[in-house]
Amino acid sequence: MEIGAYSFGDTPLNPDGSPRGTAEGIRNLFDAIVLADRAGLDYFGVGEHHTVSMPASSPGALIAAAAAATDRIILGSAASIISTDDPVRVFQQFATADAISGGGRIEITAGRGSSVETFPLFGYDLRDYDTLYAEKLELLLRINDSPSADVTWSGTVRPAIDNLAVVPRPVNGRLPIWLATGGNAASSARAGRLGLPVSYGIIGGEPHRFAPLAELYRRSAGQAGHTGENIKVSVATLGLVAPTKAEALERFHPAWHNLTVEMGRLRGWPAPDRRQFEAQSQAPGAYYVGDPDDVAKRIAHLHGYLGHMRHFLQSDVGGLPHEHLLESIELLATEVKPRVARLLAAK
Amino acid sequence: MVTTIGILGAGRVGSAIARTALKAGYAVHIAGSGPAADIELIVDIVTRGAVAMTAADAVASADLVVLAVPLHKYRSVSPATLAGKIALDTMNYWQPIDGDLHEFTADTRSSSEVVGDYFAGARLVKTLNHIGYHDLETDARPAEAPDRHALAIAGDADAASVVAEVINRFGFDPVYAGPLASGAAFEPGSSIFGGRRTAEELTAELGLAAPETAALETAEAA
Repeated sequence: MEIGAYSFGDTPLNPDGSPRGTAEGIRNLFDAIVLADRAGLDYFGVGEHHTVSMPASSPGALIAAAAAATDRIILGSAASIISTDDPVRVFQQFATADAISGGGRIEITAGRGSSVETFPLFGYDLRDYDTLYAEKLELLLRINDSPSADVTWSGTVRPAIDNLAVVPRPVNGRLPIWLATGGNAASSARAGRLGLPVSYGIIGGEPHRFAPLAELYRRSAGQAGHTGENIKVSVATLGLVAPTKAEALERFHPAWHNLTVEMGRLRGWPAPDRRQFEAQSQAPGAYYVGDPDDVAKRIAHLHGYLGHMRHFLQSDVGGLPHEHLLESIELLATEVKPRVARLLAAK
Repeated sequence: MVTTIGILGAGRVGSAIARTALKAGYAVHIAGSGPAADIELIVDIVTRGAVAMTAADAVASADLVVLAVPLHKYRSVSPATLAGKIALDTMNYWQPIDGDLHEFTADTRSSSEVVGDYFAGARLVKTLNHIGYHDLETDARPAEAPDRHALAIAGDADAASVVAEVINRFGFDPVYAGPLASGAAFEPGSSIFGGRRTAEELTAELGLAAPETAALETAEAA
């Protein structure tokens, strides 16, 4: 099982709760990725969000920088909002990072995003939401699957491309491209039909309830004739690891509180309830907040339902102190990962 | 009496309601935006026991219809097919998801009243909108369980009483808030939205009579 982390960037807060610089959030994220690589974490996913509190708007740029500063870690977007981006540019940015990395550890995860802030920012119409996603995903895959640098494509959401070069080409010929979904059944079926690996972002509820979706994904893939190593599942959840469960809860609660207040303002949620936080932070809840034993057990338990090959945590939300993120990453790599491996081997 | 529930929308909300209804013993007919074949595998795995249909068939064969499409797509549902039917409006206006929808931002009424203008022939009832789809499945409890939560219902009294029995079988205490307009009290941004309350607490929050009376009225009407 690969263990990883992901982030949308987390702008640090002043003692009075006001945000510090967004650039500081990006620099912290970069430093965290470098540390994750040194510690032996398997994967780091970046962005894409476009808010003052979550400023990782350009995963391609950050991943290219991180590719130069790391040796082993797999780097990917989490996710790239391709509906409102140009798939040609997304591919070029990640293929560039792939070249810098030496090849084989740069991935794209394509998604729609859970909010629609990119539509007004880049001048798209929400009425085209489904068409934009379907066509741009198709173009991204067309570029990636092209046997040569030259690509031909036509559609309705972007000017046609008539036998034009899209470069650089990935070192290994193609980039791994994942499809991200938050649990819509049709998205799981789509990933299966397309033969793409699927990445589940599970932000609440009980993660093991995604089991039917993973089954739907695998059966859809099988029906479309897709088998082999590209048919795989990864899981992204909130979480934080600390030396003890009590410390993990104390550290993550203020961050979760701030995140929930900000999301609640946009979506009309009630004031955050500590009891709900505590409940979600225990099995079978969705927050992987705990000591290494606790988090490892819960990841291994979820594996029994989803058979996922990668589990990665988002910890830096709501102004989480940077040192707590770094310690969590260190513990994920050095303590959680070997425990998960032992638990799965014993099954 | 309701025996068959038709659900329009096979997304996260529609699927969670379908599983809840199946568990409560209802026959469930579910439709996406296209032909039944498009969602047959999805229904077979994700809402096993439900039957995939076209929207027209799901509505025609149901005693009660659930609108579980994103609000910005509500006009994709044909109002003519819903004529005379009790229809549950589970939808909310969420700017971050729906974008700026002028007809809702420019109208001070609840979103259900705006939607109700479009489905003029249907008996629209607002409920299931103020609980998260995750919570619907995890929070359901048998009647009399001490930690049973309540769900508010707004709509005409006759239709609401039919819906109250369904909510009860889903595993929640129904609390009748009043006519459709009273549903504004449990929309996003309200104190009720997204919170967990017992029938007594919800009744008080809605500013209604004592919970004993409210529960009695519901029982009689059902």
